[in-house]
Amino acid sequence: MPSLKDLKNRIASVKSTRKITKAMQMVAAAKLRRAQDAAEAARPYAERFNAVMAGLASSVGGSDGAPRLLAGTGKEDVHLLVVMTAERGLCGGFNGSIVRKARIRASELLAQGKTVKILTVGKKGREMLRRDYGQHFVGHVDLTDVKRVGYANAQDIARDVLGRFDADEFDVATIYYARFQNVITQIPTEQQIIPAHFEGGEEADTALYDYEPGEEEILADLLPRGVATQIFAALLENAASEQGARMSAMDNATRNAGEMIDKLTIEYNRSRQAVITNELIEIISGAEAL
Amino acid sequence: MADTLQFDLVSPERKLASVQATEVRIPGTDGDLTAMAGHTPTITTLRPGLLQVVHQGGTDDYVVSGGFAEIGFDGVSVLAERALPRGEVTQEVYEGMVEEFAAAHRDARARFENEPGPVDDTAKLLADMVAVGTHIGLDPKQPNF
Repeated sequence: MPSLKDLKNRIASVKSTRKITKAMQMVAAAKLRRAQDAAEAARPYAERFNAVMAGLASSVGGSDGAPRLLAGTGKEDVHLLVVMTAERGLCGGFNGSIVRKARIRASELLAQGKTVKILTVGKKGREMLRRDYGQHFVGHVDLTDVKRVGYANAQDIARDVLGRFDADEFDVATIYYARFQNVITQIPTEQQIIPAHFEGGEEADTALYDYEPGEEEILADLLPRGVATQIFAALLENAASEQGARMSAMDNATRNAGEMIDKLTIEYNRSRQAVITNELIEIISGAEAL
Repeated sequence: MADTLQFDLVSPERKLASVQATEVRIPGTDGDLTAMAGHTPTITTLRPGLLQVVHQGGTDDYVVSGGFAEIGFDGVSVLAERALPRGEVTQEVYEGMVEEFAAAHRDARARFENEPGPVDDTAKLLADMVAVGTHIGLDPKQPNF
């Protein structure tokens, strides 16, 4: 049975924890709004880009001269997994769910006898994967100092990935991130970026376009940009997801702290009452004994 | 048919402009072209240059550093990797942009020693960027180019 003083101390400590989680929740909410706005603002570019690429890819894709980024290397032996996670924890299952998805894929590929290489973006994913897959790490991108992800960050990552592709370091690249659906739900997603494939968006009238310079030149010019665009979109989704996950995790924590305070307060009052009762009994029985 | 066309300028990070334009001058890789209403649908890549939009309220100039333009039946969409309104391009910003291309050129020269192809490509991009400066009256400060 904890003493009254212990209980009092515990209540005070849980209260200050609640203050912290409450503050974190509000900060996450504000950041989430900004992250969502950024994701929203990036959408028109990505949409137009994909529509044009889909049209181009469908008309050039079949030919022999198709660029390697589209057609692939003709092999599927070496896989690069780009695992994008957060730099910080305390955001519920956000990092864990992305890492789990990548882990499943990695063990699948290894079971098939393929080579797996892992590029991590964000500290948390790296820490989680280090023990089992540390020997597969080929690089790490640190975004700790980045307050707000910009296109330049995506370009840096894309340059890294493309450089490795040009050097024949891998055949297939896949990115792992969490797609933001709402504050409660973030969907861990895997998306193949090299060889590129574009879904939907194929317009019937793309064949009517004049291309300047030729279709293949444009495609060759745009494919590397496409990699950056996809990575950028993933980074933005991830940023929104992280804040969303943190917000709901902190909301839960705040609520749990509140419940705990209530429970502790009741316990505190009970023991206080017990002490008083005890004292009364002592006084009364003392008086009776006289 | 209206004599204006819908013009959209988008960068990966945000939408920069969306107006009804009468005329859009695009710095294409193979040369400048002007899109007006009824232009044949065209997709062209961009070189670093000056994008000019003529609309009712006047002419807007943007400095773009690459990307592509899609001229469709209903309008023009320019997807620029980096685009800045002319007014925001100060000497400092411009020097940064030039330096970016100069660095890419140096890098290409170092990496592809005996392949003129990629080196020439970056040299052309750098020259285009330098030309933009001359055009808008800023000093590229690239004496050794």
